[in-house]
Amino acid sequence: MSLRVLAAGHLTTVQDRGRPGWASLGVPRAGALDAPAAGLANRLVGNPAGAAVLEVTLGGLAVRADRDCWVAVTGAEGPVTVDGRPRGHARPERLLAGALLEVGTPWRGVRSYVAVAGGIAVEPVLGSRSTDTLAWVGPPRVEAGVVLPVGDPAGPPAPLDTPRPGRPGPLRLHPGPRADWFAGDPLAAMCHAAYTVEEASNRVGLRLAGPPLERVRTGELASEGMVLGAVQVPPSGRPVVFLADHPVTGGYPVVAVVDPADLWICAQLRPGDEVRFSPARPAAGAAPTR
Amino acid sequence: MRARPVGPSALLVEVAGPAEALALAAWVREQGLPVVDVVPAAETVLLDGVDGATVLAALLAWVPTAEPPVGDLVEVPVTYDGEDLDAVAEAWGVTATEVVERHASLTFVAAFCGFAPGFAYLAGLPEELAVPRLDSPRPRVPAGSVALAGTWCGVYPTSSPGGWRIIGRTDVGLWDARREPPALLPPGTRVVFVPA
Repeated sequence: MSLRVLAAGHLTTVQDRGRPGWASLGVPRAGALDAPAAGLANRLVGNPAGAAVLEVTLGGLAVRADRDCWVAVTGAEGPVTVDGRPRGHARPERLLAGALLEVGTPWRGVRSYVAVAGGIAVEPVLGSRSTDTLAWVGPPRVEAGVVLPVGDPAGPPAPLDTPRPGRPGPLRLHPGPRADWFAGDPLAAMCHAAYTVEEASNRVGLRLAGPPLERVRTGELASEGMVLGAVQVPPSGRPVVFLADHPVTGGYPVVAVVDPADLWICAQLRPGDEVRFSPARPAAGAAPTR
Repeated sequence: MRARPVGPSALLVEVAGPAEALALAAWVREQGLPVVDVVPAAETVLLDGVDGATVLAALLAWVPTAEPPVGDLVEVPVTYDGEDLDAVAEAWGVTATEVVERHASLTFVAAFCGFAPGFAYLAGLPEELAVPRLDSPRPRVPAGSVALAGTWCGVYPTSSPGGWRIIGRTDVGLWDARREPPALLPPGTRVVFVPA
């Protein structure tokens, strides 16, 4: 079966869990920015965790299926309709052949996820169906007029799932490898300050305005590998939190790293939203997270 | 060798230079350490997706060496007609013809990739031949451009903005996601440029 896209809004992309493992060739990991929301959407329609979903930025998506199927919309909450009639958020919904599913502008948050039973079945690139918006590795962005193939459903929908806490807290910070390039205790300074999300934020990074971090070491840093959640500080002193499409190497010092469990919050922050940080508790004998 | 934690699941290992970074990256892969991404760079190797304590313990067994395993040799045919060829000749104090001879006589080694998929930072230009970047990057550098910056040489896999000094161009494909491996010049590859 397939989905015909009639409108794709500001930016809609296909995303799964990304393509980690290719950084040494210069390939960003990509993948759903709000990974828990994408995972929930997949569970609701009975998909395996690695199935590809649609990531819709600030709504504006309209699709029509050519066969009856289960769909679920999670992440940023907003109007979801089928043929104009309201449907639920974060629950499996039956979409009949020919009916129009619309995901409107969210009331809060930025990115909504649309899972279809069977998963979006575009051709994988380097083992993933995710679109990376930095280098455009992966399938092209979803645009009006395209027809997206959908795979065969793997199992029945799962109407019951545990909702996640709705209120995001401060972003927990681990010390970065170049914290010593900054004056005083830069993590403490960040945890005491309030930042604002800047307009230029995207899948590459969450750009923050706030009190600039003062550098004590001048000179250039040789480019080095960057991790997901790295808080890089360019000469302006305004931090950038690296998200899924971040460049694999960078030449500005990384003062801190946002805890992986808090990255979904970054995916849902809008320009103008306030951001607070708090120190992450170092995990004793930390287990690998991936 | 010094390793700095980068969040809860990565280590940044500081090394003496690109050759040692390559050697360590190759060693980590050979050892089969549980790492999702190994990212060599100019003075560091990032080990991402790791249990820091386990990997740190394993790293103690590494004997630093600046001799990475000898990689494949790739010949890249170049038409030396880049718009910065004369500027590079001036910087080197030689003629354009001599720039070509000199550049084509060197064996480069792909130290690491970055900037774009398949863009390899090629080490091998001696310090005295280092050239500065352009003061302001060009908005569009065509795919296949062979360019210099500092002591690095690079070939643009796709057209993109760029501030390196362009000395020539090649028709070889640097990047193809459907090829195995997708990058023509993965880290460790030896590269010689052949005047086309």
